[in-house]
This record gives sequence, structure tokens and C-alpha cells, in this order.
Amino acid sequence: MQMVNITIDNCKLQVPANYTVLEAARQANIDIPTLCFLKDINEVGACRMCVVEVKGARSLQAACVYPVSEGLEIYTQTPAVREARKVTLELILSNHEKKCLTCVRSENCELQRLAKDLNVKDIRFEGESSNLPIDDLSPSIVRDPNKCVLCRRCVSMCKNVQTVGAIEVTERGFRTTVSTAFNKPLSEVPCVNCGQCINVCPVGALREKDDVDKVWDALANPELHVLVQTAPAVRVALGEEFGMPIGSRVTGKMVSALSRLGFDKVFDTDTAADLTIMEEGTELLNRIKNGGKLPLITSCSPGWIKFCEHNYPEFLDNLSSCKSPQEMFGAVLKSYYAEKNGIDPSKVFVVSVMPCTAKKFEAQRPELSSTGYPDVDVVLTTRELARMIKEAGIDFKSLPDKQFDDPMGEASGAGVIFGATGGVMEAAIRTVSEVLSGKPADNIEYTEVRGLEGIKEASIELEGITLKAAVAHGLGNARKLLDKIKAGEADYHFIEIMACPGGCVNGGGQPIQPSVVRSWTDLRSERAKAIYDEDKALPIRKSHENPKVKMLYDEYFGEPGGHKAHELLHTHYAKRENYPVE
Amino acid sequence: MQLYRAHVLVCGGTGCTSSNSNKIITELEAQIAENGIQNEVKVVRTGCFGLCAEGPIIVVYPEGSMYTMVKVEDVKEIVEEHLVKGRIVKRLLPGASNKDQNVSADSNDFFAKQHRIALRNCGVINPENIDEYIAFDGYKALGKVLTEMTPQEVVDVIKKSGLRGRGGGGFPTGLKWEFAMKQEADQKYVCCNADEGDPGAFMDRSVLEGDPHSVIEAMAIAGYAIGANQGYVYVRAEYPIAVKRLGIAIQQAKDYGILGKNIFGTDFSFDLEIRLGAGAFVCGEETALMTSIEGHRGEPRPRPPFPAVKGLWQKPTILNNVETYANIPQIILKGPEWFASIGTEKSKGTKVFAVGGKINNTGLVEIPMGTTLREVIYDIGGGIPNGKKFKAAQTGGPSGGCIPASHIDTPIDYDSLIQLGSMMGSGGLIIMDEDTCMVDIAKFFLEFTVDESCGKCPPCRIGTKRMYEILERITEGKGEEGDIEKLEILAKNIKASALCGLGQTAPNPILSTLRYFRDEYIEHVRDKKCTAGVCKSLMHFEIEAEKCKSCGICAKQCPVKAISGEKKVPYVIDQNKCIKCGVCMEKCPFKAISKKA
Amino acid sequence: MKSLAELEEIRKRTLDQINLRTNNQDIRVVVGMATCGIAAGARPVMNAFVEELNKRNLSNVAVTMTGCIGMCKLEPIVEVIDKDGSKVTYVKMTAEKAARVVVEHIVNGRVCTEYTIAEADK
Repeated sequence: MQMVNITIDNCKLQVPANYTVLEAARQANIDIPTLCFLKDINEVGACRMCVVEVKGARSLQAACVYPVSEGLEIYTQTPAVREARKVTLELILSNHEKKCLTCVRSENCELQRLAKDLNVKDIRFEGESSNLPIDDLSPSIVRDPNKCVLCRRCVSMCKNVQTVGAIEVTERGFRTTVSTAFNKPLSEVPCVNCGQCINVCPVGALREKDDVDKVWDALANPELHVLVQTAPAVRVALGEEFGMPIGSRVTGKMVSALSRLGFDKVFDTDTAADLTIMEEGTELLNRIKNGGKLPLITSCSPGWIKFCEHNYPEFLDNLSSCKSPQEMFGAVLKSYYAEKNGIDPSKVFVVSVMPCTAKKFEAQRPELSSTGYPDVDVVLTTRELARMIKEAGIDFKSLPDKQFDDPMGEASGAGVIFGATGGVMEAAIRTVSEVLSGKPADNIEYTEVRGLEGIKEASIELEGITLKAAVAHGLGNARKLLDKIKAGEADYHFIEIMACPGGCVNGGGQPIQPSVVRSWTDLRSERAKAIYDEDKALPIRKSHENPKVKMLYDEYFGEPGGHKAHELLHTHYAKRENYPVE
Repeated sequence: MQLYRAHVLVCGGTGCTSSNSNKIITELEAQIAENGIQNEVKVVRTGCFGLCAEGPIIVVYPEGSMYTMVKVEDVKEIVEEHLVKGRIVKRLLPGASNKDQNVSADSNDFFAKQHRIALRNCGVINPENIDEYIAFDGYKALGKVLTEMTPQEVVDVIKKSGLRGRGGGGFPTGLKWEFAMKQEADQKYVCCNADEGDPGAFMDRSVLEGDPHSVIEAMAIAGYAIGANQGYVYVRAEYPIAVKRLGIAIQQAKDYGILGKNIFGTDFSFDLEIRLGAGAFVCGEETALMTSIEGHRGEPRPRPPFPAVKGLWQKPTILNNVETYANIPQIILKGPEWFASIGTEKSKGTKVFAVGGKINNTGLVEIPMGTTLREVIYDIGGGIPNGKKFKAAQTGGPSGGCIPASHIDTPIDYDSLIQLGSMMGSGGLIIMDEDTCMVDIAKFFLEFTVDESCGKCPPCRIGTKRMYEILERITEGKGEEGDIEKLEILAKNIKASALCGLGQTAPNPILSTLRYFRDEYIEHVRDKKCTAGVCKSLMHFEIEAEKCKSCGICAKQCPVKAISGEKKVPYVIDQNKCIKCGVCMEKCPFKAISKKA
Repeated sequence: MKSLAELEEIRKRTLDQINLRTNNQDIRVVVGMATCGIAAGARPVMNAFVEELNKRNLSNVAVTMTGCIGMCKLEPIVEVIDKDGSKVTYVKMTAEKAARVVVEHIVNGRVCTEYTIAEADK
């Protein structure tokens, strides 16, 4: 990269020519305050918090978008700059509902932090403030426009990254708001509930639908047998909520905490992930052998499923009929487990802890209640679990490690890697290759499907088949991939799609890191690294070798893809209108 | 070929169209047929003549007689007297001039000090007939450029002419073209900003309505200069006549092969499309305009990168305003020296203004740069109505500022106006008389900006709202100590930190009124007084007992029954009930009721 | 449009038609069209002028009307005014005379002395 010489606050430095002033300032150890900025996702210069003086420019310039050039002279701390930032911040605060004490983002709020950092002592410019209705009709996401600072990160995420476009900036001037088409509730627009908007919101304007109280109630109900299952991505992120470094593995502490909260049993969704591999792997082989609809596309990600139902109904038959692991698990718990333990399924209460807001929606799908009861009763996000742990006064960091409970607590590494993009694909190949060859593979790490490239392709030589596989994460990439297939430019046997960029580790229910962290640290790769470490550390790394899975088939389901399995572990999909006309 | 002995030009601009010029044309044609002179007299619908206050306007050639405020009933007389008998209908000549003379368009005061370059064809040709444009040297400049000049030479001519952007900013046009020319790219674009949004401004509309081909020609020239083969005219959908005529003009140019492939047999190809704007003020800002053309919500984006580097669809793009383009063909044909000889040292050529407010001749004028405000108001504009005193003039619309009477002899050019705390703007010129409250005026413009802010950046979205709220307070008599200082802090910081030019200039109406009329602000805040008697909360109506004859007319007229009285006793106004509509004052036959500050 | 010549042709042709709206007329033909003139037959005279000029594509001539000059007995009266302002007044005009004035005076620059007011006075 070509370098340029610039001066920031009289300090000379050399920076790459493609840097912005913000990036250059970081190199000079100057932390310019930002609010709307989110690297690669929202670089729009809207909030004006990062203004600096550029020598020769008529007005102050936004550091986050101002490109460096040879000889550029920047001043980041002049009285004019400080005053402008402060006035702008006071203006934003003057139209922000300042109920910080009861805000879910208190102490993790970028606006709050700015007010502190910029030493705002008083809001001089109070006046009319927005008083708009809160939209809490979605099972996944709550929108509170009165806390919105119009940074547009959510819009960029929804529109540009996810290509969902459920929300947009509407109206203008002081009435400007982020809203849906025709101001409909999120539940009535093609929102896929991925929750990525929540993860990028600097304040409390977007948050998950809080279901904590439902779980407290269930735990307090002596009639109920309350079970909890945790998704693989939760264990590599939950620690962040307690100040631990990004990428900390806290599986044992998490299980301890859940036990202490009073759940009757703490199970691992990974077990169901192994079950998914057995079912989906069988489905793949059957489709290949019997000339079924290809490519087969994974169905674990409920955000992706809803996206497909809205935008690509022509691919619905390509979707694997497998329920997602949490739903499979719920069905197993309310059938096999209930029977085996002599509990009435109506008294089995299944809580899922997921890195995901779309799982809340998924749990409500009427077709996902194979036993006559919803497979899953309540879905908590990683963040909600952290709140419960805090509310219960559990000193998370000091907890001893604990193992998942039997009989559904054992999982393979293949189940664990479901949490990162490419993981389902890798897990499937580990099993499919050995099923086909009938002997253990030498290498079970398929690194070509790992990593953060938007669309990953691999051709894997299996016994007699060259399996053409593709992996897409983030719905924008999914769209690109599907469009290519539609246009006849690509052709695969098996595709893994995850709605969230990076997969579940970066799900919409995961701990929220502020822009100053997110912009310069890749959360996705740090958390994914922990996932792959977890996989490596496990004695069993292939789904078909999981003894609990074997036991399930032996005792209950018979064989993968069999009749009972179909009844309990599979589902169906239907086209959804984007904006139905009444 | 048919030659006519007389041409009757009827204004088909928006102003005259709304005052019924279409019916006048129908009637003219009927009357002409009635008198059997349809083979001698031709009726032509043209663009705006500029004297909009006096519309509908008809000009009869060869005499060049201008008839103003023509009604359908007048048509018969014009045909029978003027066209049949050759007798000018004097009662329809412009009101402001000497009735005894034949007033031609050239000899009227309104036109005498004007210099029409951008408007040269407006009111002269039929804008829906490309041949008439060609007759007055239309497309000759494009021909010259394509066959005799290199792109660099074209840029040099524009640079040398000193032409600066007429949309408001005043950036040197040639320089802009040069930046875009020098960019290496597989695709470049030429755009025209016809999203005229300043309240009361209609310069660009008039050019598009009266001479659309001049813009098309200039855009093709610009395309050749910078290496673009595609152009877009962004015009607001609220300009239906302009849109229609521009559409016709583009089609005619395509039919003639003046737009399209291999123009004039050269390698140069150029195509043009219209994009309709939905009327957001901010879409007149260049980056917002391009964002809107791309199909997104019209919002500005940060610069750099400048459009000349990354504009429409991230390709090098130039955007000029309609009036800027209208000057280009003349500069090419008559040479940069000719153009540079008009105007002042740093502001060359002419500027079109839409003159409105408290002035006799409201309308469209094109004056050489450097003409003083006094000349515009008193010579061209015919002075202030009712003998009132001139107080200030607002240029630059909501982005500009006011020029007080003390600076009435300031020459109008880019730099003088900036020095006075205003700006040239796109050409709105609003004249205010002594009855104007400057705090109220600032509030008026702020209300516009608050409403039209795109909402992207907080300084503009919230800051203008807060300034407006303070002004509202002040004009309602609820101003507090410190309000003026708050206004100043907000104004200064919005100017410094807003994202786009519109936000940065939004405080100008406040800053300039504070600069020249601070006392009025102080009076409103401290004394709760509005001397001009505009701010309703700060004035009341009073009946002077000595003058009141107890006739009771005021009481009858009062819509809220706030006035009471009986015979032989002076009437009184109940100030608690009074809504300050002023009807009583208007209706009192004895002038016994007056406004009190 | 493939050549500048084409453009020039359109320009010339159209300019002839609309030259009236410019100040470029070299000659003005002013026909007295008051009641006296019309009664004496000014209309056919004027029509003849327009027609003759039309025939010859003479776009540099403006035909206009005026009121009563005051010598009603000599109507129809026509004034032909050159660019330099010199004026020739023809009286007792007819359509035929008008045709001749166009050919002789306007085209060839020879005043038709026999129709002038000076002759009529004799």
C-alpha cells in the first residue's frame, strides 16, 4: 500500500493512502469520538460526532469518512472542534429518551459513554422530543423510536448487509425516524428476525423481546419440569457479558450458572446438532442417490428460513426438511425424554438459550409442535441469560466448571462447530464421508469451508462422489449465491446458509460490543476460534460417533430418516408474501 | 413556406398559464379566423417574458408591442384594433409605463437595464419547436465544439469566460469540468440540476419552459468536454410544463440526431434522460440529487470524494444548474472574452433573479453582475408599493441572508453578497419593506429549513428545530435572557458541523438578521415589543376614544365578538378575546382603530 | 443530423419565418389601416404585399399597419421605410401597384415614382 505523510495535531505520521482520518488518528493514539460509524457497515458521516478541522476546508469534516492525502493537516482537539462535538451531542441528547436507569443498554450504551467522555454536564438545548409508539409486536425484536439516535447502523445492516430491507429511514427533518414500510409493526413486514440490527444499535432503540420473566415464572412453578438447552455459540460469547475477553470459552461456568438458576436439567443443543447431521446427512445422500431436489440447503438458521420463504420461494423444496437443532431437541425432550422419565409432556417446559433472536420466532411457528405442545417453550438470547445470572446474584467469573446433564448432555465436536459459518457443512461432511466409505477419515478438518469469506466453495472427493458444496453467511451473501444458482451460473449438491454474518457466533442474540470494539476487532473470528478450539478439545468429533445419538436411534427412532424421525424431527415450509394486500 | 406579417407571442410560462393564457390563445385563434387573417398572423406560445406580475402577457411583432394583464375579453379588441387596423391597444400596455407610447419589450424600464443571455430566447421562440431554436443559432455551438474544438479547448473557453455556478455556490464551472475531464473512467455522467427549491424562485423553471434546447445543447457540450455520453436532467415533478417541454425538446433533438449516436457525423454520442424529483428541498444539493437519481432516499453524502471523482453511481459526474447551462452555448459562440466583458472582476456575465415580495414589478429579471440592489429595486422593479420604505432584501433564499437598506448600493455579485453575510444563491430576491419584522422573517426561513431538513445529521435535524423553537418563543413574547446567545451558539456550530451545504447555510437567515437587526431581537426579548407590528402576541389593537363615532361597524365585523359598546360611548376591544385578525382596523370608517406595539 | 450544413439550412429557413421577432428587418412596409384606408381598399393592398413578399421569401421586410395619416382622400396609403429611416409614401395603392412596389422598390431598390405622394400632388 502506498503511504502518505500527514499531520494530526502537529504530530507527523505516515499512513496508508486508503486510510480515513479516523483510522490515521488511531495510529496516532487519538481516539476520535464516533456514534454512527461502524467500519465497513455504516460509513456515512451522518452523526457529526467525529468532526475535525481539516486545514483549508471551509467547515469541519467527519473523520470517519474523510480520506487522507499527502500533506493533509488535521486538528482533532481545537476549541471549535470540541464545541461543535459537544453542541451536536447535546442536540442528540435533547431528543433522546433519557431513561437510562431502566434501559437494557445502560452501561453498554455508546451514547451514554459519549456523554461521559465528552464531559457533558448540562443539556442546553432542550425542546420538543419525539413521542412515538414502541413496536413490540414481533416475538423477536422491540423497536423504540424514542431512543433512536438515527445513526442508521441498523438500516445499513438490514438493507446493505442482509439485503432484507425491512427498515428504512422515513419522514424528514425533526420527524425523521427509522421505520418499516407504511409504519407497520416488524411482525408484519419481511423482517427475518435475525437481530443484526440490535447488535449494531449503539443505544437501546432496538432490543430483543425480553422473555426472562417467563423463565423465572416457570422455574418457580413446582408443577413444571424445566429443561434448558444451550446452543454452541452461547458458550464462546457469554463471558463477554461478565467482562471476560472476546473468545473466552465458558461452557463449564455456563452449565454451573444454569444449574444454580434452578433448571431441572441442563442439556446441550449440540446433541441435537449431531442428530441433525444424522438426519440431514441421510437426506443429502438420499437426494443424491434418488435424484431428489438439489442442491440441498441447510435449515438450521431460522432467519435464513424466513428470508427464503419471503424472497426465494422457488428454493423451498431445496431446503432440508430437518427441523433446526433446538426444535429437534425440544421434540425429543417432550417425547422420548418425557416418556422415559414418566413425565407428562405438558409438564415439560423447554427453554433454549440461543445466540439468536430469530429462534424466538421459530419457537412460535405452529407447525413446530410435534407432540401437541410447542417443541420449545421459551427462547432466551445469550444476553437474557446473562441478565438472569446477574439478577440471581451469581458470581459468574468465579463459578466452577460443570458438565452438562445426562442423558442429553453429550455432544461431538461436529455439533459444536455448528456455531460458526461452515460448521454445519463440515460436520455433515465428517459424517457423510465416513458413511460412504465405511471407514474413519484421516483428516476431519475441512478448512476450506471455514473462515469469513462471504461465499465459500469446495469440491470434496467422497467415495464415488465429488461433492460440490457452498457456504454462505449473511443474507446478502445468501442472496448472491442463490441468484447465481438461479441464473444457472453455479451448481452445487449441498449448501449451508446462515443468516448472520459469521454464523451463530455473531448471532443477533449475542453480547453487544460497541463500535469501538467491533470496528477494529473481528468478533466473528475471535468467537469462531473458540468454537474450533472447543471442537478440538472434545474426544468425539463426529456426529455419528456420539453415543447418545446412537442410543436415541437404537431406543426410539430406529433409523435416520425413518418414520418416527420424520414425525418428530422434520418440518415443512411455505411461501410468505412480503407485503400482503388485504 | 409561409411568411406572416405579424406574430402574436403569448406567454406559456407557469405564471401566465395559471392566469389563463391557454384560453387567450384559443380566443386569439378564433378571433383571427373570424377576421379572416389567419394566413397573415401567427400565434406562438412562448416561455416566460419575466414580467410575471403583469401577466398574462402578449407581445405582437413586428411592432414588439407588449400587452399585459390581458383578459380573454380583451382578445377581440387586440385582434380588431391592432391586428386588423394597426392601432395599438394602449390601455393594455404595461401599467408602470407611459401610456402614450407604444411600449415595446425593449423600451420598457423593466427590460431596459436587463441583459438577457440565459433568458435570450425566453418569450421570443416557441419552445416546442426546435427549428425556432435553431433559427437563433441553436445547436451551432454544439456543432462548433464537435467539429472544431478539443475537449481541453472547450474547458479552456469556459474557464476563461469566468462563468461560475448559478445554482448558489458560485464554483467556477470550467474548473469543475476540468476535474471531471481529467478523471480516467469507463463511464462519466453529465447532470443538470433543475430541482429548484428556494421559496419563490423560478429562474430554472422559466428557462426550461421557455428555452429547453439551450440546456440540452449545453449538456451535450459538457458531455463532449468531460467525456460523458449520458446525461440526466433532475427536475422536480411540480414543474409539469417544464417537464413536458423538456421532454418534447429531447425527443425533437433525438429525431434530428442532435442527441444520440454520432452527432453531426462525429464520433461523439450523447443521450439524455429526465429524472423527476419528488420535491424535497435537499435534493437540490448535488450529492443528494445524485443519490436520488440512483433511486435511493435523497440524502447528501459526505465530500470528498467530490462528484467530479465519484458522483452518480460512483462515476465521475458534473452537475450544473439550468441557468449555468443556458449560458454555455452563447459563451462558445460569442467567445469567452465577450462573456467576461459583462459583470464584475470576479463575477462574470449575468444573473437571473426571481424578484418578489414588497415590490411593484415582481417577476424574472436577468441583470449584469454588479448591478446594484438599488437599480434592481427602483429601476427594474418599479420601487416599493404604497410608498413604503425599503428595509432589507433577502437573497439566497433559506440559505442566504438579508441585505439591509444601508447596503442598497452594493453591487450584486458573488463576493459582495458573501461579505454582507448573505449569498447569491440560486436567484431568489425577496424585497422587504418597513412593515417587515426581521425576527419573523428569520423564523419564516427557519420553518422552511426545519421542514426540509433531510434528517441525516443532528446539527441540521435537531439544531434547526431548536433554533426555530427559540425564535417561536421570542416572537410569542416568551423570549428569555440568553436566548439570543443560544441562537448564536447553535448557529455557529450548525454552520461548522452540518453534513451538507444546506445544513451549513441553514443558520444564515438568523446570523444575518442578528448582524443587522440585533436591536429588533433585543426589543422582542427584553421589551416584548415588535415595532413592525407583525408578531401577533406582541401587539394589540386599540380604539381611540376621540376618533370613535360609536357606529358599531367594528363590533359587527369582529369574528369573535371581542368588541362591545353602545351609542355615544366609544367602543372597546376585549384584549382577552381578540384574535388580532385586524378586520376591525380595516373596516373602521374613521380610522379610529390602530395597532399598538 | 449528420452535418453542420443541414443545421444551417434549418436555421436559414426558420429564421426567414421568425425574423419578424428580431430587429433585423431592413425595410418596413406600413399600410394605413384606419377606417378611411380600409374603405378605400387597404386590405387587399396589404394582402398583396404579404403575398408578394411571401412569394419571394423576403423575410427582411416587415408589413405593419398604422392608423389614419390624415390624407384620407389619398388612401390606401403605404409607407416604405428603409433601414436608414428614409421614407417613401405611396398613395392610392392597389394590389397590382403593391406587387410592382415589391419588385421594383423592395427587390431592385428603384422607387416607383409614379405612385408616390409627390406625383399625386401634381
